[in-house]
Amino acid sequence: MRKRRLKGERLVTLLLLLPSVIAVCVFVYGFIGWTGYVSMSNWNQLLPDYTFVGLRNFLKLFAHPRFQIDLRNLAVFTALFLTGSLIIGFLLAVLLDRKVRAEGFFRTIYLYPMSLSFIVTGVVWRWLMNPGSPQMGSTGINLLLEKIGLGFLKSGWYTDPRVGIKAVAVAAIWQMSGYVMAMYLAGLRGIPEELREAARVDGANEWQVYRYVILPLLRPITLGAIIILGHISLKIYDLIVAMTGPGIGFSTDVPAYFMWETTFHANRFAQGAAIAVILLLMVSLLIVPYLIFSVRREAEV
Amino acid sequence: MTLGKMLPWQRVLLYLVLVGFATFYLMPVYVLVVTSLKSFAEVNLYRMWDLPHSFSLESFRKALLGGFGFTGLAHNFMNSFYVAIPATLASAFLGSLNGYVLSKWRFRGSNTMFTLLLFGMFIPYQSILIPLVQTLMKLGLYGSIPGLILAHTVYGIPITTLIFRNYYATVPKELVEAARIDGAGVLGVYTRIMLPVSMPGFVVVMIWQFTSIWNDFLFAVTIAQNPAVQPVTVALNNLAGSYIVEWNVQMAGSLMAALPTLLVYIFLGRYFMRGLLAGSLKG
Repeated sequence: MRKRRLKGERLVTLLLLLPSVIAVCVFVYGFIGWTGYVSMSNWNQLLPDYTFVGLRNFLKLFAHPRFQIDLRNLAVFTALFLTGSLIIGFLLAVLLDRKVRAEGFFRTIYLYPMSLSFIVTGVVWRWLMNPGSPQMGSTGINLLLEKIGLGFLKSGWYTDPRVGIKAVAVAAIWQMSGYVMAMYLAGLRGIPEELREAARVDGANEWQVYRYVILPLLRPITLGAIIILGHISLKIYDLIVAMTGPGIGFSTDVPAYFMWETTFHANRFAQGAAIAVILLLMVSLLIVPYLIFSVRREAEV
Repeated sequence: MTLGKMLPWQRVLLYLVLVGFATFYLMPVYVLVVTSLKSFAEVNLYRMWDLPHSFSLESFRKALLGGFGFTGLAHNFMNSFYVAIPATLASAFLGSLNGYVLSKWRFRGSNTMFTLLLFGMFIPYQSILIPLVQTLMKLGLYGSIPGLILAHTVYGIPITTLIFRNYYATVPKELVEAARIDGAGVLGVYTRIMLPVSMPGFVVVMIWQFTSIWNDFLFAVTIAQNPAVQPVTVALNNLAGSYIVEWNVQMAGSLMAALPTLLVYIFLGRYFMRGLLAGSLKG
């Protein structure tokens, strides 16, 4: 009797999961498979042509100068965005953790950019980083720097191909560093005061407490932050669209942008699919080990 | 209370640094607000940081209703709501069901299934965009609001499932068992035990989903190019990329496009934070 009830219940639970499982199977895994198939086809004009061409689209892609620039830009962007966000986020968390009056007020200000869309961020920062011109004078941040006597820091920002993507990274750090702060702050609150106190009793100074006690304990959070920021960084698209577009000499171009343009403007679907597959592989390298590790560790607990 | 003693000058320095960073984070909002309150006559790139001499709401009116050579964002706002509200509700509901089963009715392979589900939350959507467009075309949903709703609902399932699964894991096993002894089945436990305590979970999930759907650009620009169905992010990007649209109007449009999610953040910040931290796989 009880067994039959269990069996029936098992069926009900599976039925509850079924819609989502089917949807994800089709829309995630099926679609990824189809994109992979398209990436090895000859569909490089408006009408589909599924003739199998092997890895030709990939070989063409890696020989393409624009794609090489994109990969380099993506590496520079990711490195800057990650280090910038991690350092600022950690610094803010440590500072806010020191019994600051009006902590909630500061926290709200540091974190609000997270609630905005990258489009809004891009539109605003495009104007902020508009360098102005030698004839008419500076605008935006350059003007501000001049006003406070830091004129030597003026830059052409995204209009200068040597700066290019680095300017976009500044806007991205502005948007995401508060998130890192929130993660670290939650982590710091979880570390009992006795641990720090014990280290101090042992003669450690404040610097050493952070270096040898706090930072190692926060390692899982640092890892989590790197994964989250890393996958956002590899996928960065909206911000580029709204802020700069591909830029002079593709100085602010990234693979995600190239993919969209190739696919939906140039109708080179197979080529676009190839870029998408490479993006997916890069993100998977970062995410899959972390996912497996997280779920498994949780199952052990 | 031994926070490594801080000297008075250190405390002053601490607050200076905090205020300095606050200024950095607020700088773009300052420009947004100040510029959108200026009239066209007063807008000047080289006086960007100056306060307006007189308050003018002209730029907001133009951003909403349109002006010479461009249409306003008013109907795009409505489009964003038409997409975000149903997709938020649908993905929250599905996530709640999945989270319930995956936390309280584990079966062999349920962890694997969960991992496979979660993967969907991290993929670059570029890798599903071409088949998505093809499928929506076949279904006759391409270029329509229902098409966007479908995409956001499906791709929202992983994160909503994750948040609910972690949330329901905190509901004591004893409660579930007590209900089972009273004869409640799978659905009975869900409606009698889980749903009544689900409110905070739903708030977290719905805030997260609403914010991400409202802020989405990639799906919107791919699926809903047609001006009649464009959500506000796409319309704003077009508005801001147009040379005929005045700068103050662009800023007013940005401010308004940001407002719904900003208000949610300001008034429901605590729940927003929880969703944020759940996104990092920690309950």
